[in-house]
Parts: sequence; C-alpha cells; structure tokens
Amino acid sequence: MIEIRNLTKRYGDFVALEDVSLSVAKGEFVVILGASGAGKSTLLRCINHLAEPSGGEIRVNGELSRGDRAGLRRVRRNVAMIFQHYNVVPRLSVLKNVLTGRLGSMPAVLSWFQLFPRADIDVACECLRRVEMEHKADVRTDTLSGGQKQRVGIARALAQQPKVILADEPVASLDPKTSRKVLRYLQQASRESGITVICNLHQVDYAREFGQRIIGVAGGRVVFEGRPDELSEEVLQRIYPGGLEGPATPQAPVAPVPASTPVAAYAAPHLVLEQS
Amino acid sequence: MIGIGRYNLLVAKSAGNEGWWKYAATALALVAVFWWAAIGSQVSLSELVKGAPWISDFLSRMFPPNWEFAAKLVTPAIETVQIALWGTLLAFVLAVPVCFLAARNLSPHPAVFHFMRQVLNIMRGINEIILALIFVAAVGLGPFPGVLALGLHGAGMLGKFFAESIEDIDQGPIEALRSTGAGPIQTIIFGVLPQVVTAWIAVILYRFETNLRQATVLGMVGAGGIGFELVGSMKLFQYQDTATCILVIVVMVMTADFISSKLRAWIQQGAR
Repeated sequence: MIEIRNLTKRYGDFVALEDVSLSVAKGEFVVILGASGAGKSTLLRCINHLAEPSGGEIRVNGELSRGDRAGLRRVRRNVAMIFQHYNVVPRLSVLKNVLTGRLGSMPAVLSWFQLFPRADIDVACECLRRVEMEHKADVRTDTLSGGQKQRVGIARALAQQPKVILADEPVASLDPKTSRKVLRYLQQASRESGITVICNLHQVDYAREFGQRIIGVAGGRVVFEGRPDELSEEVLQRIYPGGLEGPATPQAPVAPVPASTPVAAYAAPHLVLEQS
Repeated sequence: MIGIGRYNLLVAKSAGNEGWWKYAATALALVAVFWWAAIGSQVSLSELVKGAPWISDFLSRMFPPNWEFAAKLVTPAIETVQIALWGTLLAFVLAVPVCFLAARNLSPHPAVFHFMRQVLNIMRGINEIILALIFVAAVGLGPFPGVLALGLHGAGMLGKFFAESIEDIDQGPIEALRSTGAGPIQTIIFGVLPQVVTAWIAVILYRFETNLRQATVLGMVGAGGIGFELVGSMKLFQYQDTATCILVIVVMVMTADFISSKLRAWIQQGAR
C-alpha cells in the first residue's frame, strides 16, 4: 500500500530524515516508535506532502505521489491524517467537522454555501456512530473533552473513506484510559474497513499493545523493524538512546551518544526493509 | 534605591554601568523635542490667556442653543447615519477579498503578501476628509462621495485588522483541512472564518462607530450629513444653531458608542 524508498528530508542544514526506506501492506497497523524529535512526524508529513520530501520517492497504492496540485489532491483523497492536538475546528458543530473530511470529494461551490449532498451527510453520521459520538452531532466542538475531540478527529479521517490513515501522536495529550479507547477506535477502523494505519507513538506499552509491526526511528533513521515481541531492552536502547527516562535521569552504564553526530552511534544496524 | 525619610524610591536601574545617566539623557532628549515642536507650532500660554475673552465671547453667543433648529437637523442626522452604514458596508466588501492575500499564513507568495499590505497601507494612510475632497471633485457634492471616502479608508483599516486576526488563528485546523483535500476557498470557509468571525464583528462595529464620527465632519467639505449644517450655521454667524448641531452630534456619537460597545460585549461573551 505504501512504498517509501530512500526518503530524505532536510530543513536547511538539519537532516530530519535520512535515507528511510520502508513498506506497509494493505490493512496493516504499523506503529512508528521514537523519541520526540526523532523524525516520526516528518516521516508522516512527507507521505501526505504537508512537508515536501527533499529526496527519495513515495508510492501510495502503487502511484508515485507528487507535490503538484493534481498529485496533492489524489494523495490527500486517499490518505487521511489524525493529529496530536486534534486540529478540529472549534466553532463548528461536531457533524460539520466530520463533514469537512468529505470536502475534497463534493461539489466545491455548493459547499461554500453550506449545501452538502445527503449521501455525504450519511457518511459523516455513520463515521460518528463508529466512534460512538452520534449523540453529540449538533454540539459545538469546543465544548468537548480532549478524548471526544480526538474521536471527532478519527471520524473526520474515516469520513474521507481513505485507504491510509496517518496518526501523528494521536494520544500524546490524553490520559491512559482515554488513550486506549481512542487507539481501539483506530484499530477497529483498520480491521473493519481494511484501512492501513501508520501511527506515531512514543509510549512503548501502547506500541506493544496495538502495533502489528513496529518501526523504531531515531535521529532520522530507521533503527528497528519487527514484531512487537521483538522489542527487547537492547532494541529500546537503540530507539531511545540515553534511556527511556530521557536525559533528566541519567543512566550510568549507557555510553553517552555524542550530541553532534547522533546518527553515528547506531549507523551499523541499518536495516534494509524490503518486505511486502 | 534612594532613601527619603521613611520612604524608599524604587525605580529600576538600567542594566550596565550607566546607571541613572540613561534616564537623564532620555528625559533631556524628550524635553528638547517638545521644546522644538512648541516653537514650530507656536504653543504659547500667554496667547491662550490673551485669547480667553474671545473664547468666552464666542461661547456666550452659542448660548442658549437654538432648540427650534433641532427639528431641521433630523434629516441631516439620519443622512449621517446612512452614510456611516454604507461606508462600513463598502469598507467590508472591499476588505474581505484583500485580507486573505494580506495575511502572512494564507498568502500564496510573500510578494503578494507585501504588495497587499502596501495597498492597505496606502488606503489607510489617506485621511477620510482628503478622500472626500477628491470624491466630491469626482462625483459632485452630496452624501455619496462621503460614502466612497469612508469605504476606501475603512477598507484599509478593516483589511489590516482582518489580516492580522487571520495571522493569529490556530494553524492546526487549517493543516487538517488541507490534508483532507479541501480546496483553498473551502479551507477559508470551514477553517479560517469560524475562527475569526467574532473578532471581525467586533472590528466592524468599532469601524461603524468611527465612521459615524467621521461622517459628522464630512459635510464640511460638501460630502453630506450633519457637518454641512454645522459649517453653514457658522458661516451665517448663527452660533446658537451651531451649538445645537454640536449637541446633536455629541448625542449621536455617544449613542452609537454605547450601542456598539454593548453589542460587542454581548458577542464576545457569547463567543467565549
């Protein structure tokens, strides 16, 4: 479903992604695991061209994805996104927020005047039902709790009827109980509709619980790729150089990674990811 | 810290070694600037004192206001409100298409952004009265040139405020809409407008207030409204009529201020 070859993204001199290659099969639930700043977000944003790749190629559903106008429209109709900060429009009703997921595939001029095809409204209602938010359809979105907002975000993504959902840290701002619930809706959508999900997380336990496959990213490179049960201590050390606790609590035995060349420390286990 | 009896003078010392000298130099510079400006503008207390009898004479001629004249002012007063209403509407209509291009975060290209900002600056930079003079020359005496003047100047004002409020919005929903494949106009209607609508209404109401105040003086250059009567009465030395005009203007402006501030408070409260 998604083929990424030698993807590179630079911001000026800073290399956010370096030579990333991976492929994701249809209907797969892949978790990308990594510390903040490892390049997870950039990777997702390159797939739907919210960030323009500096090099390499990305294929979605076999088609080469390009950043021009027509290419963008095609990619964005097939690929939906879910955000850490929900990014729902606060003053619109829940239903209208979900309907915005259909904007790309309805008559534009009518939508300017708030006229929506009945079929699209039905799709939106159905998506709301799938995240159990149909009773809130007419409520203004800024009155909802964080978990509810994210469920609206999922419904909006589902309303696009996408082949792929990119979830960028979808539960980073939520408490553990709500997080599991939100991830379960996402998992369910993936199973029921055969949607490919690529989900960025930084919590190892959620990754183990929900990921069918896990890709570890550190310093802009893929440092691990395998099943959840292969996430050993040694692997976590590679994904989180300097320890899971972060730099605030120094861990004595770990050899410090030189800050200037973060990539050098784990250049050796560079994996070639050509399965599919 | 300087002790004065049981009190301490607490004024933050500027950083570095200069200490108080910085303040002293600034104060000296300010005094120099205002002294220089006073010479140019001939600000003089003695002139004011000398002129005081004339001022009081003028005021006494205005008293008592000619209440009969108020009946004659009803039509021009209503015309003033009408000028302000259409001036505001015209300003809004002109400002909307420009403001999206003049907002840094929506503009398709930095060059477009800078160009549009300059266009707004020029519109805003020319005073309403000067614009009214130009339009009176172009389309003739009457309230319509007043409407055009208020519309053009107001568009510059509204356009800048609108663009700045667009720059302040949360960028996240915009990004989300773009990633759903929504077009640019759909993104504006569903992502931008819901976030700016209350700020815009407040600014438009404030603009109406300002336009009403301006519309009361537009008549002085022949652009309609109550200002025309004001100037007319002064030219005929009917100072008691002038007093009535001024009172009516004050009441109109205060009423508009009151209503629009109530409306703005109500909208902002409803919007949270």
